[in-house]
Amino acid sequence: MSPVLSVQNLNKIYKGGKQALSDINLDVAKGEILALLGPNGAGKTTLISIICGIVNASNGKVLVGGFDNVKQFRQARSLIGLVPQELTTDAFETPWANLNFSRGLFGLPADPAKVEQVLRDLSLWDKKDNRIMTLSGGMKRRLLIAKALVHEPQILFLDEPTAGVDVALRQDMWQMVARLREQGVTVVLTTHYIEEAEAIADRVGVISGGKLLLVEDKDTLMANMGQKQLQVDLKTPLTLLPESLSALGFSLEKEGQQLLLRYGGKGEQIEVGAMLSAIHQAGVEVADIHTAQSSLEEIFIELLQETV
Amino acid sequence: MNWRAILAIYKFEMARTKRTISQSIISPVLSTCLYFVVFGGAIGSRIEQVDGVSYGAFIVPGLIMLSIMTQSLSNASFGIYFPRFSGTIYEMLSAPVSFWEATVGYVGAAATKSMMIGLIILATAGFFVPLEIAHPLWMITFLVLTSITFSLFGFLIGIWADNFEKLQLIPLLVVTPLVFLGGAFYSIEMLPEAWQTVSLFNPVVYLISGFRWSFYQISDVGVGVSLLMVMVFMAICLGLISFVFKTGYRLKQ
Repeated sequence: MSPVLSVQNLNKIYKGGKQALSDINLDVAKGEILALLGPNGAGKTTLISIICGIVNASNGKVLVGGFDNVKQFRQARSLIGLVPQELTTDAFETPWANLNFSRGLFGLPADPAKVEQVLRDLSLWDKKDNRIMTLSGGMKRRLLIAKALVHEPQILFLDEPTAGVDVALRQDMWQMVARLREQGVTVVLTTHYIEEAEAIADRVGVISGGKLLLVEDKDTLMANMGQKQLQVDLKTPLTLLPESLSALGFSLEKEGQQLLLRYGGKGEQIEVGAMLSAIHQAGVEVADIHTAQSSLEEIFIELLQETV
Repeated sequence: MNWRAILAIYKFEMARTKRTISQSIISPVLSTCLYFVVFGGAIGSRIEQVDGVSYGAFIVPGLIMLSIMTQSLSNASFGIYFPRFSGTIYEMLSAPVSFWEATVGYVGAAATKSMMIGLIILATAGFFVPLEIAHPLWMITFLVLTSITFSLFGFLIGIWADNFEKLQLIPLLVVTPLVFLGGAFYSIEMLPEAWQTVSLFNPVVYLISGFRWSFYQISDVGVGVSLLMVMVFMAICLGLISFVFKTGYRLKQ
C-alpha cells in the first residue's frame, strides 16, 4: 500500500545558515500513529511545518496522499489537520465562530451538526459562545484540536500536544488519538515525552540535530535496544564476587548487598532459574529478587549519546 | 478557486469591524466634524469661494479621501499583521488557500470598511454644507478604486512590518504628509508655480482631484489622468504583492 505521507530527501537551511533538517526520508502508512521523538530544537516542528506548508523546504519533496505539497497544495493540504505547539488563538472570537471559520478556510460548506459534534467531543460545547480569551489553557488546547478536526482531515499533526497539559487532559488526548485511529485517521505527533510515544505510538522516529536517526516499530525498537536487569538482594553483604557468578556476567552493587546482571540487548534471553541455582551453588543467600526493563527513555538517551 | 475561504476571511475581518464598530465610526465622524468647525467654519468663513464652490463644500471630497486612505491603510495592515504577530496565521498558511484568495478576503474587508466610513463622512458633511454630486457613478468609482488600492498598500505594510511601530511608520511619515499636501484642503492652483510642479509628483493629488471632479466638476488635473494614476498605483501594489507571494517574504521562512 502506498504511504499516505512520504517525505523524500528533505533539507531545510534557515536564512542564518542553520541547517534545521538534513536529508529526511520518511514514509507513513495510512492509519498509523507515528511519534517523532527528539530534544528541543531537534527539528521536529520544522519538519511538520514544512509538510503543512508553513515553512518552505530548501530542497526535497513531500507527498501527502500522493499529492505534491507545493505544486498540488490544495489537494495536499485538504487532507491535513494541524495542531500547533503554541496556544495561538483568536482571543476575541468564540469557539463556534472560530470552528466555522476553519471549515470555511478548507472550502467546506457550513455544517452546524459537525461543528457541534466536534465541540462536544472535545468538551467545549458549553463554552461555544464564550470569548476564547476567557478559556483556560487546557480548553484553548482542545479548541486548537477541534479546529484541526472540524474539516475531517485524514492526517492529523499534533505538535507537542501535551506540553504543559495536566494529567487528566493528557489521558483524554491519548484516548482521542486512539479513537481517531479507529476511524482510520493517521496521526503524526511530536513529543519530547518518551512515555507519550511509549503509550500511544505504533512507530517511533528519533530526530536529533535535524537528522532522523531511526524510524522503527515501537515494540521492535524496545526488543532490540532495550535491556533487562536481574537484581538479587543478598541476606549478608559480600566483600568479593564469587568467580562462578562473575563468569556469568554478574556484578556486585550497593556495597556488596546486591548482585546485578544486565542482559537482553539485541533480543538476548537468559534462564532466570539457572541463574538462581548458580547463585545458590556459590553459597550466597538470597533475600529478594527483581527484574527491570529499560524504558524507551533509556533507549532514547542511549541513542542520542551514540550520535554525539 | 476557494470561494468559501475568501468568504470566511472576509466575514472574519468584518466581524472584527463589527466588534469595534463604535470606535471605527465615532472617531472619523468626530474628526470630520472638527475639520468642518475649524476649516469650514472658522477659517473657511474668511476664504472666498474656490472655483465657484464654497470652501466648506470644497474640502468635503478631500476629507473623505483623507479618511478612506488612512482607514484603508490601518484596516488592511492590522488585518494581516495581527495574525502574524499572534501566530494564528498558521491556519491560513496550512489551509488550501492561495495567497491571492487570502488577499481578496483581507483587502476586500478592509476596503469595505473604509468605503462605509467614507459614505458616513459624506452623510455627516451633509449636516454642514449643501451636497451636490455631479457624477455619482464616477464618485463611487473613485471611492471603490482608492479604497482597494490603499487597502492593498496597507496589506503590504502589514506583511512588511515586524513590529507595531513599523505598522504606523509609513502611514504617519509618508501617507499623511502626501494627503495633506495633496490638495485635500486647497486647490494646488493656490500654490506658487514651482510648488504646483512639485505637487504633480504626489500621487494623492490625482486621487483627490478626480474625486473632487466627480462632485463639482472642478479639478487640478484631467479626470482621465486621475483614473490612470489610481490604476498605476494599484498595479504597483499588485506587483509587489505578487513578489511577496512568490518568495513567501515575511510570511514563510
